[in-house]
Amino acid sequence: MSDRAATPKTASERPPTRRRRSRYEGDVPREHYLNVAYGLKSWLFTIDHKRIAILYLLSITAFFALGGLMAVFIRLELLTPAGDLMTSEIYNRVFTLHGVLMVFFFLIPSIPAVFGNFFLPMMVGAKDMAFPRLNLASWYIYSLGGVFTLAAIVAGGVDTGWTFYTPYSSTYSNSAVALTAIGVFINGFSSIFTGLNFIVTIHKMRAPGMTWMRLPLFVWANYAAALIMILGTPVVAMAIFLVAVERLFGVGIFDPALGGDPILYQHLFWFYSHPAVYIMILPSMGVMSEVIACFSRKRIFGYGFIAASSLAIATVGFLVWGHHMFVSGQSIYASMVFSVLTMLVAVPSAVKVFNWLATLWRGSISFETPMLYAFGFLGLFTVGGLTGLYLGTLATDVHLHDTYFIVAHFHYIMVGGAVMGYLAAVHFWWPKMTGRMYSEWWGRLSAGLLFIGFNLTFFPQFLMGYMGMPRRYHFYPEEWQVLNVLSTAGASILGLGYLIPIIYLTYSLRYGPIAGPNPWRATGLEWTTASPPPQHNFEQTPVVTEEPYDYSKPIVNDLPAPGAGAEPKPSPAAPRS
Amino acid sequence: MSQQHGPVTAAVMTGTMPDMPDHDGPLQHHFDDMAQQNESSALGMWLFLLTELMFFGGVMTAYAVYRYLFNAAFAEGASHLDVRLGTTNTIILIFSSLTMALAVRAAQMDKRKLLVGLLIATMLFGGAFLVIKGIEYAHKWEAGHVPGAYFHYEGPLANHVHLFFSFYFTMTGIHALHMVLGIGWMAWLVLRSARGDFGVGYYAPIEMTGLYWHFVDIVWIFLFPLLYLFGAGAAAGH
Repeated sequence: MSDRAATPKTASERPPTRRRRSRYEGDVPREHYLNVAYGLKSWLFTIDHKRIAILYLLSITAFFALGGLMAVFIRLELLTPAGDLMTSEIYNRVFTLHGVLMVFFFLIPSIPAVFGNFFLPMMVGAKDMAFPRLNLASWYIYSLGGVFTLAAIVAGGVDTGWTFYTPYSSTYSNSAVALTAIGVFINGFSSIFTGLNFIVTIHKMRAPGMTWMRLPLFVWANYAAALIMILGTPVVAMAIFLVAVERLFGVGIFDPALGGDPILYQHLFWFYSHPAVYIMILPSMGVMSEVIACFSRKRIFGYGFIAASSLAIATVGFLVWGHHMFVSGQSIYASMVFSVLTMLVAVPSAVKVFNWLATLWRGSISFETPMLYAFGFLGLFTVGGLTGLYLGTLATDVHLHDTYFIVAHFHYIMVGGAVMGYLAAVHFWWPKMTGRMYSEWWGRLSAGLLFIGFNLTFFPQFLMGYMGMPRRYHFYPEEWQVLNVLSTAGASILGLGYLIPIIYLTYSLRYGPIAGPNPWRATGLEWTTASPPPQHNFEQTPVVTEEPYDYSKPIVNDLPAPGAGAEPKPSPAAPRS
Repeated sequence: MSQQHGPVTAAVMTGTMPDMPDHDGPLQHHFDDMAQQNESSALGMWLFLLTELMFFGGVMTAYAVYRYLFNAAFAEGASHLDVRLGTTNTIILIFSSLTMALAVRAAQMDKRKLLVGLLIATMLFGGAFLVIKGIEYAHKWEAGHVPGAYFHYEGPLANHVHLFFSFYFTMTGIHALHMVLGIGWMAWLVLRSARGDFGVGYYAPIEMTGLYWHFVDIVWIFLFPLLYLFGAGAAAGH
């Protein structure tokens, strides 16, 4: 801003189009997507992808809080070896709800529906998603699915575990399985619509010069996740639909009494639900690529490999579902193939981790809050990934299956990976979404608390599981109490780490310092427009002339000088393919 | 499927968002030109059909597994289906696809009345299909072949025949639901066509609906042999 004052420009020197832009003068722009209209109606009927992202942000935060509350109950119950806080029936409902809410209503939509929605069109230089109304519809469908699931809680909850295994779910359970199944079924369509919108937007809405190899890696990651969403979700939708039909009408497709095969349900379920793990983790990996390059001030290492590994994970991820069923009685030859393929999916994941490490190598690293979360992701995801190899190995899986080892493993991936990436995204893009900076001190503190709390919660669970403590039981022999107390203590710290950001982020909305267009001096089209962005994202359609992550050039926290990028070197227009 | 705004919704949008350009024209504000908009619609629709394919693929896989396991029972169950009604329905659906394809052509050639007529014809064919399907369901109900608590079947293979009818009702039921949605959507298109919304420059909604309708048709083309023709040879006691 000082250099601005040093070289004052009169209004006449600027092209007329600059006038609107120059509303950023050390203040938030006067007109942006948040203040263009007020009132409930302007939000509930909005077709602006940015506002829809905010709607998603609020709803998934609510579901996260509810799912977190269930985790509190679980950890309190496990504080003592006796099942004294609740009965087995209640405990079954609590952990089921924790899983259903966290998986279907938080993790799967989290980064795509919030940050994908908000930033994917901006990153490719588009004014909106390809299908804005479908985008809004996806939020309503998500909410409707949520209403069904909440109704199931009121109706007494559901006790099948989030996997709805048959024949327990279809025949024997006395809980609100059908309502929950319908809720999850409906919710699936919001995921399908989001994925469909992403793919069409990436194919057809790119700005001139935004070639495929200039796409930010966050876009590549979401593209791969979107492929899983549209190819996998319908299959789980069908499987869960069949369970609901069987419960409601007695149409027995998985009922062993009629010759139905419960294991078939597991196949159909995991055909989606294993790739669903990659829906959760791939967008987080996309965030990692953005954050690590930015706070290392370095061009990302191995751009093509990171982009391709996203697609490889999405592809190979579809071929590994049988590793959930090693002890279900499936053919041992099938298990061997699934085991080998499971090892194979570790390769593209490792490619990403090594490329991020190479990006950090000799970069000028700084430790702002998003970067702290990125470091957290690196360590925790690596632990989660490597322990996955124990579970993908046939012999060890027999011992570890359905123990706390696997609970710890997938929490390292889903919380340590996906949620850390989500929080990195929240802190990285918050200034762009709101125009305000949050408190860096509190941000770093809570990132530290989360990392400590997380490890304290889940590392003891590896040990418990290795010693044989089964999952889904609410009482246990006394020799495991020390580890369980450690885990509950860690969960309290973890809970604190989640609460603090809600407070300081809310506080920043009103009292935070003005961020300016590019507080992190990051590359990427979303940083070349005002914060918060104007309603149509850019004042003029951007023209892309360079590779992504070019951190060798000087970047300032300001809008590009008039004409910069407007008179590009002749570059091929992005082919719409 | 719905990339354009009717004036009613457009009024809502413009009412809530004063800065939004008018939505009454077929070109939406976030596209550069009609070509981009049409290509996006087409890609979106094909991707949607891909998800539908996976959706039906799930239940067809389950069907394939069970048919392999319980071949004799499935053949016996299939022999109770009415091949004549099934064939009639197949022919009706193929004709509805023809009228749908002609409707797209009528829209491209700016023939408003023809377009409206062909869309209505498609809806009527679709309706006829559903009526016949309903008659078949009624027969099954009378015979006690509807799965669930009231299922009644004599014979050593009764349980597995029950399974066959579970598939029959699930698969044809989901298919019929798709047809109901398609017909409902076409009713809306008839109104818009009569108003003159479509013509040489803008016919994407008709074309997309056509893709959807043909897809639903093709699903039936697979369901028909899978369910009906399978048992035809063994229909001695029919």
